[in-house]
Amino acid sequence: MSDPATAAVTATTPAREEVLTTHDGQPLKKSLARALRREKMRALMLVAPLLIFILITFIFPIGDMLFRSVENNIVGDTLPGTVRALQNWDSLSGEAPGETVFAAFADDMMVAQEEKTHTRLGSRLNYDQPGISSLFRKSGRRIAKMDNEAQVEAFKAANPLWGEAAGWQALRNSDAWPDALPATAISWANFSRFVESDKRGKVDPANEVPYSFTFAALDEDLKAMPPETLQSLASSSNADVAAMFGSLQGKVADIPPSTYKEQFLQVDMDWGLVENWATIKRLSPEFTDGYFLAAVDAERRADGVHMKPENERLYIMLFWRTILMSVMITVSCILLGYPIAYLLANLPVRTSNMLMILVLLPFWTSLLVRTSAWKVLLQQQGVINDVLVWIGLIDDTNRLVMINNMTGTIIAMTHILLPFMILPLFSVMKTISPSYVRAAKSMGATDWTTFWRIYFPNTVPGIGAGSILVFILAIGYYITPELVGGTSGVFISNRIAYHISSSLNWGLAAALGSILLILVLGLYWLYDRIVGIDNVKLG
Amino acid sequence: MKIKNMLMSTAAAMVALGATAVTVQSADELPACDNCANSMTLVSWGGAYQNSQVKAYAEPYKALTGVDIVWEEASNEAVAKLRAMKEANNLTWDLVDVVASDAIRLCDEGLAREMDADTELAAAPDGTPASEDFGDLMVSDCFIPQIVYSTTFGYRTDVEAWNGKTPTNICDVFDTETFPGKRSLEKRPINNMEWALICDGVAKEDVYDVLSTPEGVDKALAKLDTIKDDVVWWSAGAETPQLLADGEVVIGSTYNGRLFSVIEEQKQPVAMLWDAQVFDLDGWIVPTGLPEDRLNRVLHFLKFATDTQRLADQAKYISYGPARKSSAPLVGKHADLGIEMAPHMPTDPANAKNTFLYNYEWWADNRDDLDAKFQAWLAK
Repeated sequence: MSDPATAAVTATTPAREEVLTTHDGQPLKKSLARALRREKMRALMLVAPLLIFILITFIFPIGDMLFRSVENNIVGDTLPGTVRALQNWDSLSGEAPGETVFAAFADDMMVAQEEKTHTRLGSRLNYDQPGISSLFRKSGRRIAKMDNEAQVEAFKAANPLWGEAAGWQALRNSDAWPDALPATAISWANFSRFVESDKRGKVDPANEVPYSFTFAALDEDLKAMPPETLQSLASSSNADVAAMFGSLQGKVADIPPSTYKEQFLQVDMDWGLVENWATIKRLSPEFTDGYFLAAVDAERRADGVHMKPENERLYIMLFWRTILMSVMITVSCILLGYPIAYLLANLPVRTSNMLMILVLLPFWTSLLVRTSAWKVLLQQQGVINDVLVWIGLIDDTNRLVMINNMTGTIIAMTHILLPFMILPLFSVMKTISPSYVRAAKSMGATDWTTFWRIYFPNTVPGIGAGSILVFILAIGYYITPELVGGTSGVFISNRIAYHISSSLNWGLAAALGSILLILVLGLYWLYDRIVGIDNVKLG
Repeated sequence: MKIKNMLMSTAAAMVALGATAVTVQSADELPACDNCANSMTLVSWGGAYQNSQVKAYAEPYKALTGVDIVWEEASNEAVAKLRAMKEANNLTWDLVDVVASDAIRLCDEGLAREMDADTELAAAPDGTPASEDFGDLMVSDCFIPQIVYSTTFGYRTDVEAWNGKTPTNICDVFDTETFPGKRSLEKRPINNMEWALICDGVAKEDVYDVLSTPEGVDKALAKLDTIKDDVVWWSAGAETPQLLADGEVVIGSTYNGRLFSVIEEQKQPVAMLWDAQVFDLDGWIVPTGLPEDRLNRVLHFLKFATDTQRLADQAKYISYGPARKSSAPLVGKHADLGIEMAPHMPTDPANAKNTFLYNYEWWADNRDDLDAKFQAWLAK
């Protein structure tokens, strides 16, 4: 590592003489930093496999899942023209939108049913507006039969170029495209997607005349356009474009309107309901707070955020119950685990090893087996009730209800999580020197004082570690509450599982999961502030 | 009521024809399969039901073609898993057994392949095209029905407190005076809400109209409130049979095939209450996006496994009615117990005096909303 050049510089620079150097003349600081950096790199290389593994299999998927709680691009992606047209519609007006919106909607639906995304959008919207899913399904089947021939014919009659691919090509290459004809441009993009999907890429949409929906959009653009714009289009430098628009001058009002609104109302009268359109409009932005609102029993209505009606509130109560029951389980684990850990730590090694195996044995048994065993024990015709009836403690008709409720969950989960409390407690108690207790007693302390003032404070780090383990495991528990919790003993995680696997409302599941994660981190922070995370020992 | 009429005529044909021999296409005539994969992964429910599929479809097919069939038990979360597979672009399933409502959802999401019944499925032995043979039971373009099952009640026959009375009417479930004891009901609104309304005096044909209004939902929940303290809620089909066998509940709802095995195979003191049973369908869907060779194999298998004889064979192992009209006359005796299966079918005229139809469309629209209300009610 010797570097003669640097060494020479150091030697010939008197001003730097006070800088400490190593034997090869390098400044000590630099050399030390380099050595440290090498150490750090080596450490990083050693942990790299685990780090990459955790990033790929844990952090990214969880991040992706949590992102779904706000993601909502499905409406904008599936109904681009409708979203644009709805900007001019006021959902508080009390009236369903007009033909413009319906024409854009018909266009979007045509592409959506070709790509089979309309039913998916329907089920998304159905979370917020029950009944809309079947509207989408039904309309998707009928959309290809919708008719706009009168309008197409009117354009063709004005100038045959409107019915020729060459005319449309010229239009798309002109300066007017897309700024002067925004709705038409969106519809053209739809049409390209439609051709792409329908003909599987074998036909180039550039060589086609668009479908009749695009003519409705064109009509809409023309009717919204000031006369001067039409005038400038008619005097376009391209002869075809000039002819096409020239033929329409003064005739725009004569083009018959499209009738999509009427046709949709024929498919289903519910398309006339304001609520359906308000839902589409409300959910059109790319991000939504709707899932988070639903996760705290609130909803956004036309006039702001409100709590849901009393009979639909569920999640806040479940969050409270989850925390409360997790605390109860943690406390019962401390009460049951502490004496056992004490016994394990203070018995002769041979006996304590035997006891240790008894603690670990259930730990090695399948979770489902243990949970089912509790069912057999706790149910009303189960072992415990049978014994109580047999010894005459309770009457046969008044058997205790110990399962399918909160009691059942607490009993079964305390049993399942007990080893997570006993093991850290045991390893901490093992390190407490017996001489402390002897010293306290020799100075005249009573048994209680010795325990409370000397022994117990030394075990607090173990209680802390055990409590964190048990509490965090309990708060996310799912399978045991599902099996023995009935209705009053289920956790928030059961609803998350339901929304992931049954209702498929992954956005709501992600929002509930995010809130649970934030709650756990918050409680962890609180624990750190009150007890101190340094004060936790696993051994 | 179209489906119901069809089911009734199926059942009638079953009785009329009895065990009359009908010539069926022999399995040896299985056409060759070009460009086909050599293994398939099938997804089903596990338990006795999957077993009946293995015996009736998979084993004969394997004997004829030598193709490896791998089974997975994941039908209860098939929709979620297929969606996840699609997003991860890693489809490992070839054919999935789902209930009709899930098939509709999968079709809606573009996760199930639309079928052309008449070209892709076998015709009936008399030449009736498949679409006609299945008739109205094809509730979705993606769905190939296999069986008709029902959700119905079983009750213990040895309850002393009932003083010799037995429940004969669905509303006896709500009558805790005459029939004291715990009941078990499924932990979801579907079926329970309908039964509650019927027993609250709503006419059967008006049930969904009433349930579409907030007052109707409150009415149904108020009726359920009268027995809420006596109900054990189940989420897996195996729970009610176990609860009945243990004496934990005296009456409970579950799938009729589960009750059949409690009564006939395990000989427990349990009997069926067929009144107001709710018909539902179970069948296959093919996931979208299968590579060509795997798709060919699946379609080849599907044509064989959903033909008239194979569907009839399945009824030898489990008491669910075959979905083809032409299969009904071929239903025979149970493979192990040797008892006639026809009287144990939910579609048997004696059992189907009063039935109720699951309204797929209505529940697809209102499931999320009602479930939120139902769960909030449960948690209260």
